[in-house]
Amino acid sequence: MIVLEKRPQPSKAWSYATPLVAVVATMVFGGLLFALLGKNPVEAIGTIFWEPLFGEFAFYYRPQLLVKGAPLVLIAIGLSLGFRAGIWNIGAEGQYIMGAIFGAGAGLAFYPLEAFYIFPIMVIAGAFGGWLWAMIPAFLKVRFGTNEILVSLMLVYVAEQMLASVSLGLLKNPEGFGFPGSRNLQSYDSAHNAELIAGSGMHWGVVTALIAVIFAYVLLNRHMLGFHIRLTGEAPRAAKFAGVNPARLILFCLGLSGMLAGLAGMFEVSGPAGQVSIDFNVGYGFTAIIVAFLGRLHPVGILLAGFLMALTYIGGEIAQSQLGLPAAAIQVFQGMLLFFLLAFDLLTNFRIRAARSEVA
Amino acid sequence: MDLGEINPVLLVASLMVAATPLLLAAIGELVVEKAGVLNLGVEGMMIVGAISGFAISVETGSPWLGFIASAIGGAVLSLLFVLLTQVALANQVASGLALTLFGLGFSALLGQSYVGIKPPSMGDIHIPVIGDIPVIGPILFQHDPILYVGIALTAAVWATLKYTRVGLILRAVGENHDAAHALGYKVIKIRIMAILFGGACAGLGGAYISLIRVPQWTEGMTAGVGWIALALVVFASWKPWRALLGAYLFGGITVLQLNLQAAGVAIPVEYLAMSPYIITILVLVILSADKSSAPAALGRTFHASH
Repeated sequence: MIVLEKRPQPSKAWSYATPLVAVVATMVFGGLLFALLGKNPVEAIGTIFWEPLFGEFAFYYRPQLLVKGAPLVLIAIGLSLGFRAGIWNIGAEGQYIMGAIFGAGAGLAFYPLEAFYIFPIMVIAGAFGGWLWAMIPAFLKVRFGTNEILVSLMLVYVAEQMLASVSLGLLKNPEGFGFPGSRNLQSYDSAHNAELIAGSGMHWGVVTALIAVIFAYVLLNRHMLGFHIRLTGEAPRAAKFAGVNPARLILFCLGLSGMLAGLAGMFEVSGPAGQVSIDFNVGYGFTAIIVAFLGRLHPVGILLAGFLMALTYIGGEIAQSQLGLPAAAIQVFQGMLLFFLLAFDLLTNFRIRAARSEVA
Repeated sequence: MDLGEINPVLLVASLMVAATPLLLAAIGELVVEKAGVLNLGVEGMMIVGAISGFAISVETGSPWLGFIASAIGGAVLSLLFVLLTQVALANQVASGLALTLFGLGFSALLGQSYVGIKPPSMGDIHIPVIGDIPVIGPILFQHDPILYVGIALTAAVWATLKYTRVGLILRAVGENHDAAHALGYKVIKIRIMAILFGGACAGLGGAYISLIRVPQWTEGMTAGVGWIALALVVFASWKPWRALLGAYLFGGITVLQLNLQAAGVAIPVEYLAMSPYIITILVLVILSADKSSAPAALGRTFHASH
C-alpha cells in the first residue's frame, strides 16, 4: 500500500523539477494524442518545439516569440500576485479587451493629429481601462463579499460584447467601406507601437513585460506589501494577526493585474494586431493562467513559462500549416500542461511512502 | 419594433427549454458543493458533454444514446478533476480552471467533423388530455423528455439530501470532513461519487444545448452557461428548488433578450446579449451578503493523516 506523507516543508528541489517533469509528460501524452490524430508524433513535437527556434525560418519565428510571449508574461505576472494571496482574477481576458478598447479609443480620438504625447496617453488609457474592469470584481468583493472568480469571468463575456459593439459602432473606421473594425493604428504613426529595433519583435509591450517581471520580483522579495501577499496565501491566520488589511490587498492585487492585462491589450492593439476588431482577443487572458502556474507564480519562472507557451503557439501554427495539425490540438496540449503540473505538484508537498503494516 | 409579435405562451415555453441546461448543470454542481468540493470545471464538462452527446447521436441516430454518452463524457472529464483534487490533492480552484481550459480545447478537437450537421431530433412528448389545455398545455406539457428529467432530478436530489441517510452523510462530509472521517465515513470515496455525479449532470446539460436547444455543434457553444450554473448554486443557497427557480429566472432573461433582439427593440444587440451576464453579477451581489448556508468545508482539501 502506498501512502502520502505531508512534508514539513515543501520540497525545494521538486518545486523546481515539477514544471520540467510536467513539460516532458505533456510532450509524451501530446505525442500520443498527435499519433491518434494520424500524425507522426516525433515530427509534430519537433515542429512545435524545434522549428520556431532553430528551423529554416527561425529568423522569422524568433521575433514572434517576443510578440506572443510579452502579453502572456505581462498578464501572468499580474495574476500571479493575486493567486499567491488566494485572490482569483480569472477575467484577465476581459481586462485585456478593455485595455485595448480604451487604449485604441484614446489614440483614435486624436486622429489625424501627429504628436509625441499621443502614445503615452494611450498607454495610460489602456492601463486605466484594464484597471477599471478589474475594479468591478474588486469593489464588489470588498464591499459585498461577492465571489471574484464568477464576477471577473462574467465580465469577460460582457467585454466581448463591448468589443463587438465598438468595432461595429463607436470605433468603426469611417473609411472602412462598411467593414467592422477600427482604423489601423499601424498606419497612424503617433499611435503605432512599432518595433523598437526593426525585425527583432521588440516593442514597448516586451519592454513593459520585462519591467513588470523585475517589479514583481522586487515587490515580492524586498517589500512589505509583497511579504503580506505571500503571508496571506501561505498562512491566512498569521496574516490576520500580523495586521494585514485584506480589503487593501484585494484592491491592490486585482487592480494591478487588471492594469497589466489592460496594458497587454493596449500594446497588442496598437502593434501586432493593429486594429480593434470583433475577433481581436485570442485567449491570452486564459492562457496566462497556465503561464502563471507553470512559472510557479514566481516572476522569473513566469518569464520562462511565457516564452515556452509562446513557443507552443508559434510551433502550433507551423504544425498547423505543415502537418495539418488541427488548431484545437494545441489548445488541448496547453490544457494538458496545466493538468500535469497540478498533478505532479503532489511531489512538492507530499512524500510517497510504502506504508508499514501496523500492529493494531 | 413590434413587441406584439412576442407570443407570451411561446415565450414561457421556450424559457423552460432555455433554463434546462442551466438547471441540469447547477443541480450536479450543487451536490458536488454539498460534499464540500468546489469544481469550477462545469463549463468544460458541459462542452465535452455537448460534443460527445452530439457525436454519438449523429453516429447512432438515437438522441437517447447521445444523452447517455454525454453523461458518460462529462463524468469521464470530471474523473480528471478527481485525480487532481482527491488523489493528487491539488488546489481545487486551479484544477477546475484546468478542466475548463482542457475541455474547451478537447471538445473543439472532437467536434471538427461535426460542424454544420443537424442532429436527429428527439421530438416532444405530447401528453393527451392535459397537453391540450390552452395556454397551460403548451407551456407545461409539450416538451422534450429531458426537460422533465431535469425537474425529476431536482426533486430526487432534494429528497435525497433531505430525507435519506446517503444525503445526511454527504452533507456531513461537506460540513466537516474531519468529523465525518472520525465517524468512519469514507470522505474521499463519497466526494468522488459526488464529483462524478456532477460531471454526468453537466454533461447532460451540455448535450441539451447541442441536441435540443440550438440544435447543432459550434466551438465553445456553451458560452458561459457553466459559469452561470456555478453562480446559480450560490444564488440558490445550495437548495435544489431554489436552483430550479433561479434557472427559470435566468432562462427567462435569456429568452426575453433574444425575443427583444428579434423584435428589433432600439437597444443595440450587444447590450441585450450581455444582459444575462450582468444580471448574474447583480444577483450574486445581492445574495452574497448571506454566506451562512454554504457548506463549511467547501473548497478545502481533505487528507487523512492517520
